[in-house]
Amino acid sequence: MATIRIEPTIGDPATGTDKEEYARATNRDIFFGLYDDEVKLLDAVRAANEDHLAIDDVYTPFPVHGLDPLLGLEESRLHVAGFVFGSIGCLFGFGFMTWVFTRDWPIIFGGKPYWSVPAFIPITFELTVLFASVGMVTVFYIINGLGPGAEPRRLHDRITDDKFCIAFDVTESSDSEIDRLRQYFNRTGVETVHRKLVAA
Amino acid sequence: MSGHIAPVRQPLITGHKTYHQITEDICRPTETAPSLSWVVAFIVAVTLLGLFVFSVAWTIWVGIGSWNLNRTINWGWDITNFVWWVGIGHAGTLISAILLLFRQKWRTGVNRAAEAMTIFAVMCAGQFPLIHMGRLWMAFFIFPYPNTRGPLWVNFNSPLLWDVFAISTYFTVSLLFWYAGLVPDLATVRDRAVGLRRKIYSIFSFGWNGSAKHWQRWESLSLILAGLATPLVLSVHTIVSFDFATAVIPGWHTTIFPPYFVAGAIFSGFAMVLTLMLIARKVLHLEDYITIEHIESMNKVILLTGSIVGVAYLTELFIAWYSGYIYEQFAFLNRVLGPYYWSYIGMMLCNVVSPQIFWSKRLRTSLFWTFFMSIFINIGMWFERFVIIATTLARDYLPSSWSYYVPSWVEICIFIGTLGLFSTLFLIFTRVAPVVAIAEIKHILKTAGDQYIGPNALAHAHAGHAHGQTVPAEINDLQAGGTVDIDGENDKPLD
Repeated sequence: MATIRIEPTIGDPATGTDKEEYARATNRDIFFGLYDDEVKLLDAVRAANEDHLAIDDVYTPFPVHGLDPLLGLEESRLHVAGFVFGSIGCLFGFGFMTWVFTRDWPIIFGGKPYWSVPAFIPITFELTVLFASVGMVTVFYIINGLGPGAEPRRLHDRITDDKFCIAFDVTESSDSEIDRLRQYFNRTGVETVHRKLVAA
Repeated sequence: MSGHIAPVRQPLITGHKTYHQITEDICRPTETAPSLSWVVAFIVAVTLLGLFVFSVAWTIWVGIGSWNLNRTINWGWDITNFVWWVGIGHAGTLISAILLLFRQKWRTGVNRAAEAMTIFAVMCAGQFPLIHMGRLWMAFFIFPYPNTRGPLWVNFNSPLLWDVFAISTYFTVSLLFWYAGLVPDLATVRDRAVGLRRKIYSIFSFGWNGSAKHWQRWESLSLILAGLATPLVLSVHTIVSFDFATAVIPGWHTTIFPPYFVAGAIFSGFAMVLTLMLIARKVLHLEDYITIEHIESMNKVILLTGSIVGVAYLTELFIAWYSGYIYEQFAFLNRVLGPYYWSYIGMMLCNVVSPQIFWSKRLRTSLFWTFFMSIFINIGMWFERFVIIATTLARDYLPSSWSYYVPSWVEICIFIGTLGLFSTLFLIFTRVAPVVAIAEIKHILKTAGDQYIGPNALAHAHAGHAHGQTVPAEINDLQAGGTVDIDGENDKPLD
């Protein structure tokens, strides 16, 4: 019986080669501040825009209204997905019933025409809603990278609780740039600041 | 804060909560050992669930003959229970979808539990069409799938098939809507958990991290799903009513059925929400989140829908008389004065007369009366379905085949068993998921929480807005150039 031998990869943390080095090479270095109130957060994001600081992302425990335009986020186009899937469901449902009752196996029910459109409306409607919802929810999870087993970029445990986080990517930043961010955080009333390596 | 403040409303969140306090309060039931009352309730619920399994197994083994249905009355408790449960399953989507579109903030306190209840009620409802087929293993025949019999398709013109599509679509969409709302809250529970619980909640929270773009899409998704679920919820009970309304049976063949069924569904659904929430708020200590204001709002909906139902009952009687059609007239006379007169009286008293007490503010803000009425309405709405189904069938065209129907023990046990199925699922839900939507409650805290309402509101908002607060100690450390971490755990690389 042949023995299988696993070659250690260079820089693999499991093999004990320089863990720190490995981590820095394969991860992003995130410098982030936590605020205790969404009003402070909005002011801070405004200040960052004025100072031309490039925010990597903002994490909040609940949707904060007014944040999207400040971050330059375009309106979500999920409704387009909903419309497309809904249209597919509508056409599929109506088309399928039409095909079954006019082409594949026409049957007369109660002396009505084969192609009895009013009777097809309920199922056509239900399939429209079903396709639109299932399609849109699937798209939502896929574009957000969410799903069972998806690893969150977990910066801090309180972000899903009561802290509002502004994160900067400082992987390639110089010390002076990080100092500038630190001053910015202090100026905008941050509660705490942290630095963390996260998977790229 | 730019959100607008409605001083007319009583606060929807009391107790001067902070965001963290909300998390603590709502996550606590999922993190502590169950109370004795929960354990006792769970044992009772699981026992009833066992009764359900036994009586369904009995039905399958012995056959539908174990029920007391007969040639004349071929729908009895089975379809009565089906319609009753489907009706109950309407409040959740109404609260979460229609009230979202109407921007009713009180929705946030109860939507999670109401939607869970919807899903569980639809699961209970779904049992009845399946088991009343008798040969459960042939149940897949109701779906149009390519088969070796032609393929011979199902009848797309039949309301019974529309029902299959309506109920399964409703269940699927409700589940997706509910779970999409649950994901951020499960992430909150995950981030508080350690060890195995953290791993489990990591799987179920789908890797949610609260990114601004995710929240934006999440809100967009919620809004569009609400827009889709609103006509859906109205269509479902409309289609259920078509099961009767498209039949040529006097007493069933009426155009008033769709709106009347939908109003009745909302009515019974809200009653069940109140029954559950009054218990849940007490047992889970959620009095600060499900306030008298919430209960009063729901009682107002009950009063409205109860009155709509009452008008529908009277309209039916009037139209039956006005039609000049003796069979229709007989059908309704038989409902009121026939052999099942007692169920008609029960229906009228419970659904039409008694909810009128909610015109009184004192009674609609009373927990005792609300709880009492919620039970009463559930009984009344069960009677309504029984009146429509059994009493109409009992007196058909030929007096020689007139009949009377009392359920067998199997039918009674199946119904009681579904109450067990429902309670078991709901009790498990209260232990594993936040019963109140945490993120949504936090979202309305500043506009509907008690500390932000009233004369101090503006002062508070201003204080929150001011700059130059005292600098926390950690930040002073920062100026020396070090990184600060409250708990020291979060700076680990490769987490």
